[in-house]
Amino acid sequence: MTSIEAQVRQYVTDRLLFGRSDVVVEGDTSFLESGLIDSTGVLELVAFLEEAFKIKVEDEDLIPANLDSINALTQFILAKSQALANSRA
Amino acid sequence: MEEKRGKVSPDHLRLDASAEVARITSFIRDKVITTLRRKGVVVGLSGGIDSSTVAALAVRALGADRVIGLFMPESDSSDDSLRLGHLLAEKLGIRTFTEDISDILRGAACYRRRDEAIRTVVPEYHSGYKSKLVLSSLDSSEFRISYVVVQSPEGEQRKVRLTAEAFLALVAATNFKQRTRKMMEYYYADRFLYAVAGTPNRLEYDLGFFVKNGDGSADIKPIAHLYKSQVYQLASYLGVPGEIIDRPPTTDTYSLPQSQEEFYFSLPYDQMDLCLYGKTNGVPPADVAEALGMSEAQVERVYRDIDAKRAVARYLHMEPLLIERLQETVAGG
Repeated sequence: MTSIEAQVRQYVTDRLLFGRSDVVVEGDTSFLESGLIDSTGVLELVAFLEEAFKIKVEDEDLIPANLDSINALTQFILAKSQALANSRA
Repeated sequence: MEEKRGKVSPDHLRLDASAEVARITSFIRDKVITTLRRKGVVVGLSGGIDSSTVAALAVRALGADRVIGLFMPESDSSDDSLRLGHLLAEKLGIRTFTEDISDILRGAACYRRRDEAIRTVVPEYHSGYKSKLVLSSLDSSEFRISYVVVQSPEGEQRKVRLTAEAFLALVAATNFKQRTRKMMEYYYADRFLYAVAGTPNRLEYDLGFFVKNGDGSADIKPIAHLYKSQVYQLASYLGVPGEIIDRPPTTDTYSLPQSQEEFYFSLPYDQMDLCLYGKTNGVPPADVAEALGMSEAQVERVYRDIDAKRAVARYLHMEPLLIERLQETVAGG
């Protein structure tokens, strides 16, 4: 597991499951379909991404393909971080 | 209500207005007088279609002398709300009281807390500005994102995405409005030994478009089973003034004009009605899409949005949870 995925999983446990450890969230489990996230939860998730990974989440990034599962989030953070690193290089 | 067979269409929501009015007025008489043992009902009048229809139904059920209409304007209310409310009350011949709740709201720091919440994302925001809360459109993403729209004193508008903290603080502050209104309705209910009539329609009740212990609170909710288009049918049948029927539904909660579509439902009420009907009755999205001239994918999104809204509404509908139910406290128990 990458460090990014580990942080995302920790966030899911702490913030989407409110600390419950008896619920298993697979890498491709849809947060929306499983009722883990609502519109306020998305805003909280954005704050987490911007703070923990120092990335800027634009309005157009706010789609399920980027944010709706642990796998999608991990990929999204990776892509954003790489884009940021490239722009600074 | 009789379910109509055949391909889904807005006709599925047409009801026999006369029979439905008879059913609801019988319900109001029975519940208010026999079950609740109250002398009449208090209705908060917003000048909108729902509260006007409920007041008209209550007058049919109990007589005009057993219905009190309450006007509760505040600093952000539209002048139209009060004018149309008066128009209805005069037509119905009911007793009314006006309570400007702005001072109570100022006492609770409603406006200050709201402005502070907005300033966390729009630092220049001050009391000369106007604002409203809007949701991203359903077409842009299945995540419904909340934005605040601010308008400077010069008339310049900006739309800014809210943080979770700002969104929650903003909603918590503005919820003082609905809760203060309900507190005032219960003041009059206690004073005259009346019951409080809530005014949600089915869209609002099912999808959680209400404030818990605010407009969600009431002793009876006589139109909570009716789709919005059915409320319009009853309003016409009951002779609610045309100006009220023709007024676009509004939240009348924020200082900028705000439609219910942009705040919550995402679709005009007639489309939302049929989508909710379809979702509730297991109608395939393709059939609803054909009836409304929408794409199947759009209706599928609305269906998923309904699921999401119902998930949030579950908390709003929940009564206080007890370790065990006390049979002695249940009516007839």
